Amino acid sequence: MLRILSRRLVPLARPRSLAAQSVRTISNTSVARSDALFVHRDSTDNNATIPFEFTPENLKRAKEIIKKYPPQYKKAATIPLLDLAQRQNGWTSISTMNYVANLLEVPPMRVYEVATFYTMFNRQPVGKYFLQLCTTTPCQLCGSDSILETIQNHLGIKPGQTTDDKLFTLVEVECAGACVNAPVLAVNDDYYEDLTSETTIKILDELKKGNVPKAGPQSGRQNCEPHGELTTLRGEPTGPGFRVRADL
Amino acid sequence: MLATKQLTVSALKRSSLTATAVAARSVQPRATFATAAPDPSPNRTYGNLSDEDRIFTNLYGKHDFRLAGALKRGDWYKTKEIILKGHDWIINEMKTSGLRGRGGAGFPSGLKWSFMNKPGGPDGRPRYLVVNADEGEPGTCKDREIMRHDPHKLIEGCLVAGRAMSANAAYIYIRGEFYNEASNLQEAINEAYKAGLIGKNACGSGYDFDVYVHRGAGAYICGEETALIESIEGKQGKPRLKPPFPADVGLFGCPTTVANVETVAVAPTILRRGGSWFAGLGRARNSGTKLFCISGHVNKPCTVEEEMSIPLRDLIDKHCGGVRGGWDNLLGIIPGGSSVPVLPKKICEEVLMDFDSLRDAQSGLGTAAVIVMDKSTDMVQAISRLSAFYKHESCGQCTPCREGTGWLANMMARFETGNAKKAEIDMIEELSRQIEGHTICALGDAAAWPVQGLIRHFRPEIEKKIDEFHARRRLEEPVAAQA
Repeated sequence: MLRILSRRLVPLARPRSLAAQSVRTISNTSVARSDALFVHRDSTDNNATIPFEFTPENLKRAKEIIKKYPPQYKKAATIPLLDLAQRQNGWTSISTMNYVANLLEVPPMRVYEVATFYTMFNRQPVGKYFLQLCTTTPCQLCGSDSILETIQNHLGIKPGQTTDDKLFTLVEVECAGACVNAPVLAVNDDYYEDLTSETTIKILDELKKGNVPKAGPQSGRQNCEPHGELTTLRGEPTGPGFRVRADL
Repeated sequence: MLATKQLTVSALKRSSLTATAVAARSVQPRATFATAAPDPSPNRTYGNLSDEDRIFTNLYGKHDFRLAGALKRGDWYKTKEIILKGHDWIINEMKTSGLRGRGGAGFPSGLKWSFMNKPGGPDGRPRYLVVNADEGEPGTCKDREIMRHDPHKLIEGCLVAGRAMSANAAYIYIRGEFYNEASNLQEAINEAYKAGLIGKNACGSGYDFDVYVHRGAGAYICGEETALIESIEGKQGKPRLKPPFPADVGLFGCPTTVANVETVAVAPTILRRGGSWFAGLGRARNSGTKLFCISGHVNKPCTVEEEMSIPLRDLIDKHCGGVRGGWDNLLGIIPGGSSVPVLPKKICEEVLMDFDSLRDAQSGLGTAAVIVMDKSTDMVQAISRLSAFYKHESCGQCTPCREGTGWLANMMARFETGNAKKAEIDMIEELSRQIEGHTICALGDAAAWPVQGLIRHFRPEIEKKIDEFHARRRLEEPVAAQA
């Protein structure tokens, strides 16, 4: 019996130890381009029977947007309309996608493709304040890891989670494009720059109270200029006609 | 016999030649066919740009960005006259100016614009200018300042660049995260329409030209020109195979040119002051002014407009208050955004910030986004984070990039802790060579280069981590190590 057992065990055990050494999978990439799950699963708050349509003013906006593109390429308005729908609905549910597809006269799949590819379409509900913290190298060099820790400790959520009061959702994003003002936290559409742990907590507390603190650098400077004295553009800008060539 | 002898002689000659070449190479910096000719004025120093030569006079947003403020700063001055000069004149001025594309590749702009005017005249299809404002390269934040503080420069640039290629409309593709920047830009466009500067009979020149803003939705890959076109068309941002090039079949199947925000925004000033003014700044073939974004471990990170060919060290010392803890505390610098290889301190001391000098240093100017790292930086971790970035941003279309970026990110993550074998350093190098050049767009190359740069200049750091990891493991598991 023991012999039989050991004989059965050996072929089982050996490939496993070999596997650790030499067998590597060819493909290791998960399909998710966007951070969220790719597939849609019907749930009580996200299924095709939940009605969605634009409010009259948004419908007017949508028609203005569609006019920007040649009439035979109405489809080009997919991204702007999905964005408009997300702003109205709070997130991009399956009904909003279907509605946009219907409005643009394209198969729904064409809209699903777009909604799953781009990271700004939230296919799950998010909190009132959507915190997007940049953690790419330039921000990381300036301490975005400690900002992440601060937010996690202060709100008690990890990236991808929402607080119980549905006020905050935290995500890590790739480069926000404000590297000179690193570290950067985007709250909905506004950038909060030059953050430290203290200023981050201050911003979060203000938001909790329902106030929206002033966006931009939190370190005292106005924009992307160097701290302290300016090294360039000290005087008034030159006016029209300055150094214009004679033959114009 | 004779033949053999001759062969030996010529072989000898060749080997001695090679030896000389090798010797020469070890002394001089690496030169390529694209290397600029020796400077005719070797004593000239670069980087003392006066405020009068600066183009973006409202870079820091101290003044009004709206039309009234823009007019006061000299925008929209004699635009009608420029348009009436016609496309040949505009393109010639751009060629004289020597402006090279500011989006990273550095292709001569005048030449690129001329591709739109094919012999045989218009073929009945509309033509488009697409402005690439999908700024997402880690380290880069220059276009954002143009769009929120000087949007009229960009709109006027669209008009004159559009005239140069006889385009009917311009689409400005701005990344979705830049909501406030897009609002400023849209406001400026509305003002320009109202004032008759664009739209029907733009500036009273009889030329019709529309400008539209299109907001993206978060995808780095849409900064690639054909992916950007796909994205405007309402599809996934996956780059197209070229040819056909966008100048033949681009946006909505029509001839299209994609240009960076900065390239377009500097055009009106160049045309007003003359191409030779712009060509007089910077080294030959690298002319003009440039917005530099300096981030990371400097005392005063900032965006600044400077002359091309400014020495990297001057740029940091003059405008950013130097490296944190002094120049000797410097570890390395990524000179042109995340896609270009990192340079060690020794090279940073001498290198000039222009296309050719950085190329000779086996790096690149890219978008001129300087990321400074001092000695407190874990270089392996910094590059590993970039590999994770490229893994996240690969569109998934080409196998070498889709799988390769994942492999790079996984291996780099192990290098961070040292959990690897030294042979794997060569393996990752070889792997990066297999990604580079085997994909439709340049994202594969961009993912490979930072890793190659790390291995080229910071290999001992990786080896040290591996040694430390194994030493630690031997201490923790003495029995396992013996077995």
